[in-house]
Amino acid sequence: MSVTLDHFLFLGAILFTIGVLGIFLNKKNVIIILMSIELILLSVNINFIAFSVFLNDLSGQIFAMFTLTVAAAEAAIGLAILVVFYRNLGSIEVQKINKLKG
Amino acid sequence: MIIFIVFLPLFGFLYCAFFSKYFNDSFSQLVTTIFLFISSFLSWIIFIQYLGGADVKVINLINWMTSGSFSVDWRLRIDALTATMLIVVTTVSACVHLYSIGYMSDDKSIKRFMGYLSLFTFFMLILVTSDNLLQMFFGWEGVGLASYLLIGFWHHKESANKAAMKAFIVNRVGDFGFALGIVGIFFIFGSLDFDVIFNDASSFKDSTFIFLGFNVPSIDMLCFLLFIGAMGKSAQLGLHTWLPDAMEGPTPVSALIHAATMVTAGVFMVARMSPLFEFANFTNLFIIFIGASTAIFAASIAITQNDIKRVIAYSTCSQLGYMFFAAGLGAYNSAIFHLMTHGFFKALLFLAAGSVIHAMHHEQDMRKMGGLFSKIPFTASMMWIGSLAIIGFPYFSGYYSKESILENAYFSSSAMAQYAYIVGILTALLTAFYSWRLLFLTFHGKTRVHKNDYIQINESPKVMTAPLFILAIGSIFSGIILADYFIGEKQDIFWGHVIVLSNELHYQMPFLQTFIIKASVAFGVLLAAFIYFYRVGLSKSLSKKFNSLYLISLNKWYVDELFHIIFVKPFFWLGSFFWKKGDVNFIDSYGPNGVSRLINLLSRRLSLFQSGYLYHYAFVMLGGLIIILTWFIYF
Repeated sequence: MSVTLDHFLFLGAILFTIGVLGIFLNKKNVIIILMSIELILLSVNINFIAFSVFLNDLSGQIFAMFTLTVAAAEAAIGLAILVVFYRNLGSIEVQKINKLKG
Repeated sequence: MIIFIVFLPLFGFLYCAFFSKYFNDSFSQLVTTIFLFISSFLSWIIFIQYLGGADVKVINLINWMTSGSFSVDWRLRIDALTATMLIVVTTVSACVHLYSIGYMSDDKSIKRFMGYLSLFTFFMLILVTSDNLLQMFFGWEGVGLASYLLIGFWHHKESANKAAMKAFIVNRVGDFGFALGIVGIFFIFGSLDFDVIFNDASSFKDSTFIFLGFNVPSIDMLCFLLFIGAMGKSAQLGLHTWLPDAMEGPTPVSALIHAATMVTAGVFMVARMSPLFEFANFTNLFIIFIGASTAIFAASIAITQNDIKRVIAYSTCSQLGYMFFAAGLGAYNSAIFHLMTHGFFKALLFLAAGSVIHAMHHEQDMRKMGGLFSKIPFTASMMWIGSLAIIGFPYFSGYYSKESILENAYFSSSAMAQYAYIVGILTALLTAFYSWRLLFLTFHGKTRVHKNDYIQINESPKVMTAPLFILAIGSIFSGIILADYFIGEKQDIFWGHVIVLSNELHYQMPFLQTFIIKASVAFGVLLAAFIYFYRVGLSKSLSKKFNSLYLISLNKWYVDELFHIIFVKPFFWLGSFFWKKGDVNFIDSYGPNGVSRLINLLSRRLSLFQSGYLYHYAFVMLGGLIIILTWFIYF
């Protein structure tokens, strides 16, 4: 059985779904949300690279590099915000973060 | 010259309104008073020119509006009638300005007062010099405005505000008639210029138009509407209720506006439109009836009033009735002559009353006066002169004008004229009675002032007595000097074609009739002397004996109460119905308030959507994304 494009796309879709569900179902920890976002970005990367390889187009891989950079920066900023948040409120429970409303 | 006369008071007002804050109070008084005296002086020069019979002059200032065939210009028209009004208005106004310096000396807003007085004078001069009906209406409304402002001058007093509003609203009723009349005149004549109207008047005398399904003579109808306007402004029976209440204003205002000038605007207008009124047979009868009825009605109230200003106010009303029935009889010259003499002696009476009030420290109730002659002899003698003039004592001004009005009534053949004649004589009797009642109650007999206060009563300052003196000269001599020009042999030269003069030859009244007039006046004086001087207690027992009559007169025939029930209450109810039910409950609650309430409700629902939890937001974003993607993929 050879590995085809479909396998990569399935893997990407599964990772994406896990990431999304991770955001929705998680009630405890903000860090998990950050991890889920990373997971979503990774699934996108897998799609990019898979298409790039199977279509013989390098631009997909270049995009993947960009995405990785953005993900790294996002993770750094996200964690920094988290630290400040913890200092101010003494908790990073998602359920307690509900100030963002009218 | 005429431009200076008319616009100097306006400059006085503009000064008070915009520049007086840079200078002190007395400078405002000086400026306005000097302007008025210049204006008055120039008016007298013009008047003396017109005594010799000068031509009608029209000065074109500027076009006001032109719309199709409708064109109105700002013009100043000078003729004998205008010249007469000019001297009355400017002389009385100048005297009142001067007098106000003394009378209002302890008031806080002197500048405002002087400004309003000047503004009033300007509007009045525009009214009397107008060359078309629309400009006259401008002046007409302008004096109404100034009257409103001045009645409510002491705006911290609730009664003053009420009186001001009452004057304004009652005048609106009349003005509605006047405005309709103006529109009707444009409809019939196609122009509002006096010359056009007067030239065409005779050609329309048989024309009719349909009004409310009736075929009415057009000129009769127009004159009737104009007269409704005159009734409002001149406080004739039915629309008179505002005038006595207007006495809430400062006394100089009462003298200027509510005695000498503004209230006579109605008479002036009827005289000005005399070429038109000449053809209004039915309306003339109506004018005679209203005039004569007002004369006796107001006089019957004046005999029991206790407020010194109210007595004079009703007396004004009554004298205006005289002028109107003279005008209705076609004796426009007698009406205007009486207007002029009345302007002098009524302004004198009011200012003298003001001087008394000033001396009494703003006490107006005659029951708390008495015996003031020895304290304020000058004011008292001025009051005597004014009273002698008003009852028509021989050779005083009122004698000529009133006699001529009664003469016209006597020689007129209609039944209505006979009614006017009889009522006129009775009114003369009542006039004499209330005038002398006022004199005796105020100046003679034992004083009813408290002893300590009595000592402190002093004659008013010179600045207040000087205007009295000027007006007293007018009250004494204006009749004897000017009678020839107004109603005597030189009337044709003086009036020219300005007003319609009755063609009837002037017979001498039979001796018996003149005797009856004089005797009734003398009887009135003696009666007053008997009741209020010789038998002081008599008035009380008489008022008890004729209690119902006394109460009717004291309560002004209950007209105010009647109007309150007929008009004020229903309109109040209607007003509050529209306000509470119509406006608040319907328009507001479904309109602006309804929309805002709906938005409030929706936004409160929508804000529930915003839980503040990140995963809710993320879910919504995802949902949105899916919907958009689905849309792009499948459609």
